[in-house]
Amino acid sequence: MASGKIQKIALVGNPNSGKSSLFNHLTGLNQKIGNFPGVTVDKKTGFCQLTKEVRAEIIDLPGTYSIYPNSTDEKIVFDILGNRSNPLHPDAVVVIVDASNFKRNLLLFTQIRDLNIPAVLALNMMDIVEKTGHSIDADVLAERLQVPIVPMRARRGIGVDKLKEVLAGIKPNGAVRPIFDARLHCGAAIDDVKKNFQIEEDYVAYQMLQQYSINDSISDRDKLVLGEIAIKHDFKRDEVRRKETLERYAAINHVIDSAVKEDASYLPKEWTSKLDSIFTHKIWGYAIFLFILFLIFQSIFAWATVPMDFIDLTFSELSVALKDMLPAGALTNLITEGVIPGIGGIVIFIPQIAILFAFISVLEETGYMSRVVFLMDKIMRKFGLNGKSVVPLISGVACAIPAIMATRTIENWKERLITIFVTPFMSCSARLPVYTILIALIIPDEPVLGILNLQGLALMGMYLLGFLAAILSAALMKLILKTKERSFLVMELPTYKVPRWKNVGMTMFEKSKTFVFEAGKVILAISIVLWVLASYGPGDEIEMAEQRITQQYDLSQLSDVEFENKVNAYRLEHSYAGIFGKAIEPAIRPLGYDWKIGIAIITSFAAREVFVGTMATIYSIGGVEDESTIKSRMRNEINPDTGGPRYTFAAGFSLLVFYAFAMQCMSTLAIVYRETKGWKWPILQFVYMTAVAYLSALFVFQVFK
Amino acid sequence: MKIRSVVDLNPGESGVINGFMDEALSLKLLEMGCLPGTEIKYNFAAPLGDPICVSVAGYNLSLRLDEAITISIQ
Repeated sequence: MASGKIQKIALVGNPNSGKSSLFNHLTGLNQKIGNFPGVTVDKKTGFCQLTKEVRAEIIDLPGTYSIYPNSTDEKIVFDILGNRSNPLHPDAVVVIVDASNFKRNLLLFTQIRDLNIPAVLALNMMDIVEKTGHSIDADVLAERLQVPIVPMRARRGIGVDKLKEVLAGIKPNGAVRPIFDARLHCGAAIDDVKKNFQIEEDYVAYQMLQQYSINDSISDRDKLVLGEIAIKHDFKRDEVRRKETLERYAAINHVIDSAVKEDASYLPKEWTSKLDSIFTHKIWGYAIFLFILFLIFQSIFAWATVPMDFIDLTFSELSVALKDMLPAGALTNLITEGVIPGIGGIVIFIPQIAILFAFISVLEETGYMSRVVFLMDKIMRKFGLNGKSVVPLISGVACAIPAIMATRTIENWKERLITIFVTPFMSCSARLPVYTILIALIIPDEPVLGILNLQGLALMGMYLLGFLAAILSAALMKLILKTKERSFLVMELPTYKVPRWKNVGMTMFEKSKTFVFEAGKVILAISIVLWVLASYGPGDEIEMAEQRITQQYDLSQLSDVEFENKVNAYRLEHSYAGIFGKAIEPAIRPLGYDWKIGIAIITSFAAREVFVGTMATIYSIGGVEDESTIKSRMRNEINPDTGGPRYTFAAGFSLLVFYAFAMQCMSTLAIVYRETKGWKWPILQFVYMTAVAYLSALFVFQVFK
Repeated sequence: MKIRSVVDLNPGESGVINGFMDEALSLKLLEMGCLPGTEIKYNFAAPLGDPICVSVAGYNLSLRLDEAITISIQ
């Protein structure tokens, strides 16, 4: 390969074959996550200096067992490898193979090889092979498969230098005899495809015939042409594919006979079966799972608060400092009250996201995650979910954002979509301050059965309510959504492994980065819009606030703080947000709310935690820190229609239910938009959740009134 | 006689794969190394009886019962 030009190299392999380790070793922190054009799949690329002269772009393709796709992710593999005009089509492919599970891993390699792209076989986990007393003769293998072979231990980075060296010197393939000769099964059809599409390789033409009906990257016109060719030559898709797999395995067995020596005396995977007898045990299995859940909760609630408080403090101090430094004016206000708190509102989620993904990454690295799926699949399936939905649902109690990001492991699109759709019903940590203050208002602080507390029970009830809403909505969607895609659980249970901490660190870093840059943009924009709505209003009422308060009150009776609070409350009432609050009052009156609660609901659509702060401003109280003051103010608030308190049991309960169900989180909508690649699902989710919230709150208020 | 499938095996018992009863699924299973003539061992079931864990081609695979029942054994 000429120096100066950047080589494109694709990385392919089975799941659990060590592909991500190899990718991390090749590219280091020099990685970028983007999207493959037009699909919902993350594209991980990075650069690698192969030699002093040769630089390569490494593309990490989704892990797959075969070139025939089972999930959206896996379709990418043939889209890129089979289509020479694809801008991502590589100059060379590294197929990474788990040598301790050689036979099944080789299937994908033989398919890639028949596409006739220059390939290198990275023979990973050679140490495990040697430990089990087997041996693989790499030289014989290289000769049999006609491909350069690099034995390696990707976890430790052993063999990576050799791989770079081989890649730098790789040359375009000459004509090789295919391992599976598709021509013998459907030669005439292949010739037709080759002629129509100017394709050189038999196997590429054959794969187009196999995949045209499921492959979105082929244009409708081409699909039509391919369909006609298939009919004309009576192409028996499934039958040929079956023969292909059998022929390939026969060829693999032949290769293995000469290159692999097995030692039958060794008892394989002893540790794994011992651990499985504990982790999938009737009692211990669930007990351990619950304990791990508890640990995750604990760390997200308790450990994350320290850095989160620190971030909160830093940003508010930054705002204050900037306000002092910059000249007073609208721009300064925008920066200190809109932009900085907006950025703070993004950064504050990083500790939770990083911690959650550290856990998820460790559970995946060790192989435990597939056991959780194994334990939970039967229960989850009843609700249209998948065993793999457990992880996002649990994470949702901390925050729906990382939880929705964690749904990527679900291959079936319908099941993944349902999981994304219902996860925000789980009561996230942002609802906690709202629950706390409302429960304190309407539920008496009384002991129950001696040890339990009535308020505590009510709080637990709210979490349960969220979980029930999630599960029941999933069951509902299961009935509505139709899919041609079949749900499989043909899933490998990998051997248990010690986690690779470097990979865990990379995952934490990458997920946080993705969140900050992708969801962050939207959160920031919304925060600024909200600030504008709450700071400006029609006419000159906002500017006149101080004057109006001066006219209304006897200034000698008011302290400076009280005066400022009254002014702020007056401004909010006459801002656009306040006007909207009054505008929606007729709609929320049947739920037991007035326009002030209306403002809180509107601002809460950016993020629920804004509720307490908005309440504080509306009832003109200074700091948010002193929640008891807000509470007493709210308790003393009078409903002018009845003359009684505004926050009756019915109104408070109705508001609690509303906050439990309503989709009041712009960040979540932003992430759903990102994960589903469109506005359809976030909008439906918003409408559905808000409708559920409204109707439930209406029901509650009317019943308890 | 009724065709025996993987779900008829007892935990710890092995059988030899004979064929498949589900066309679409068999393509996937073949690719995962479940080939006719290969030994398949029933390891254990999940606590609720479904899915199950089998050993085939040197690794562990989890299958739902309605997937396992499509694999007939000799």
